Amino acid sequence: MTTVTTDPSAKQYRPENGRLLDVEELHVEFHTQEGVARALNGVNIYLDQGETLAILGESGSGKSVTAQTVMGILDIPPAKITGGAIRYCGQDLLQMGEEQRREIRGPEISMIFQDALSALNPVFPVGWQIAEMFRVHRGLNKSDALDQAVHLMERVQIPGARDRVKAYPHQFSGGMRQRIMIAMAIALDPAVLIADEPTTALDVTVQAQIMGLLKELQEERQMGLILITHDLGVVADVADRISVMYAGRIVEKAAVHDIYANPAHPYTEGLLASIPRLDRKGQELYAIGGLPPNLTRMPPGCPFHPRCGRARDICSSDDPDLLEVVPGRLSACHFSEEVLNG
Amino acid sequence: MTETSRHVTDGEDVAPTDDSQRAMVDETLRAEGDIGEARSLTQDAWRQLRRSPLFWVSAAMITVFVLMAVAPSLFTSLDPAKGDLSRSRETPNAAAWFGRDLQGYDIFARCIYGARASILVGVFATLGTSVVGSVTGMLAGYFGGLADTLISRIGDIFFAIPLLLGAIVFLSSFRGDDPGYFQVVFQVVLVLVVFGWPSIMRLMRSSVLQIKPNDYVSAARALGASPVRILRSHVFPNAVAPVIVVSTINLGVYIAVEATLSFLGIGLIPPTISWGVMVSDGLPLLRASPHVLLFPAVFLSLAVLAFIMFGDAVRDAFDPKSR
Repeated sequence: MTTVTTDPSAKQYRPENGRLLDVEELHVEFHTQEGVARALNGVNIYLDQGETLAILGESGSGKSVTAQTVMGILDIPPAKITGGAIRYCGQDLLQMGEEQRREIRGPEISMIFQDALSALNPVFPVGWQIAEMFRVHRGLNKSDALDQAVHLMERVQIPGARDRVKAYPHQFSGGMRQRIMIAMAIALDPAVLIADEPTTALDVTVQAQIMGLLKELQEERQMGLILITHDLGVVADVADRISVMYAGRIVEKAAVHDIYANPAHPYTEGLLASIPRLDRKGQELYAIGGLPPNLTRMPPGCPFHPRCGRARDICSSDDPDLLEVVPGRLSACHFSEEVLNG
Repeated sequence: MTETSRHVTDGEDVAPTDDSQRAMVDETLRAEGDIGEARSLTQDAWRQLRRSPLFWVSAAMITVFVLMAVAPSLFTSLDPAKGDLSRSRETPNAAAWFGRDLQGYDIFARCIYGARASILVGVFATLGTSVVGSVTGMLAGYFGGLADTLISRIGDIFFAIPLLLGAIVFLSSFRGDDPGYFQVVFQVVLVLVVFGWPSIMRLMRSSVLQIKPNDYVSAARALGASPVRILRSHVFPNAVAPVIVVSTINLGVYIAVEATLSFLGIGLIPPTISWGVMVSDGLPLLRASPHVLLFPAVFLSLAVLAFIMFGDAVRDAFDPKSR
């Protein structure tokens, strides 16, 4: 099987000590009619070559905004980046011009969307859309680009790829469409791949296949993978590190196994407790009470305190910083040690 | 959900790897069955059109009118500019099928030759409004903000001026002493484009606003496509269908407007042969010699009807909801 790879030395950007991406103190606001919604409040994440970072959180926690800001596809306005830096191989993406950023999107940092049906252009055959990547960025002619597209479709395990290059997105099943989206995203051999809830729109058996494929491709190409999800089951198997987001900030950071074994933030604790388990059949499913805070009217103190079972007086007045609890583990809670020790 | 969660708690390997996975994929595909022939929107529309009698009738009529415009000598060997005053207002007979007008011109020959001006004006006015309207509409819809405000407001200004009033002012102030055939046609087309583009612009703008938030537009951005490429490859092909439909219907309307302008004496002017001019010439003779007015009016109506029917057929084909 032929794979599409380029000589890495030909690339303009090279990671320093394996560090691909460094997001520092990222602040993003949305100006809405109800006021200013602070979608990101000082997000710090990093990504090394060949590792998988999972960003976990419920709807509205800012995971997708983080991805879109890194990608540079945030709609400005209404969004506004008010602070921070996004360093890719040491260079700040936020200081770059639009031209330069566009050269990074695709060949360097690439992205997979949640719903592959709406992420593929309905009026063009899938082969044409994959081939477009090669024609635009590599200047290949039509037939060569289409050949490469077929190879890629074979690589993402679409059976009968050569016969199906001329098919339109609506003629594929959900899983197959997501494979095509993956093929487009990895076409130019990016160093960083951001997957924004890649399996949410798929059923469970197909989810497993897609995650398996992503993991395989990542290992094969030593990509850095940022996996955005709210599904703890998806994360456990693929991720190396986890950052848990709540109300536009990161509340816990740890290696994947540590978090599952022993969460250090009450929010993570609640998330883990709400996973349905077969050995607790018949019992009521646990749910974290309340709703995520309105981003235009953040509660004072810790943003999680109105929903937290462990909240005390200090929680409604002082906002906890993200601090190291034990080596390699960070948590933004006044009582993280207490949470960690059960 | 329970499936994956069980894997989590058991610490099992969720993803089946390589061979087993490939087998699973093949299995899924076989279950999915044959996907059938690949069809694009235009191919779909064409299949729909082929089944529509409206399409075939209107297409046949349009073909005849276009042939008249391109090669009028195929239909008549008579000279439309040869007047015989001694036969003025002759009623239809074997030599002059549609009779003769006040100047003794053969009405049949003039009806045939009149098609050219109407088709030229209709086609170019439609092309002009579509191109100008689509480009401005895409810019306004895609870039929004200041570009949108500027383009929309300028469109509103032209939209607010009544077509006939605008055309009268424009054509009467810019017409030279002795304009040639194409100059006259060009001026009328220009007027129709200047006052017709805002409706296409609004249509395109709203269509683009619907297309823009789609993930495939973000995906194209995320994969490094330039704004020009996004507009050309992703926004335009998805947004153009309503414009095609409205433009086709407008073609008939523009032919009627051309006739109206010519009737009022500000559109095409003699010696240019036009149905509108003929109707205008026939009006004073309506009671004594109705055939002078009748035949060009019938030709005009048939041409407008053909294009509007064609537009209807195209709309049915492009709009899946109306099927």
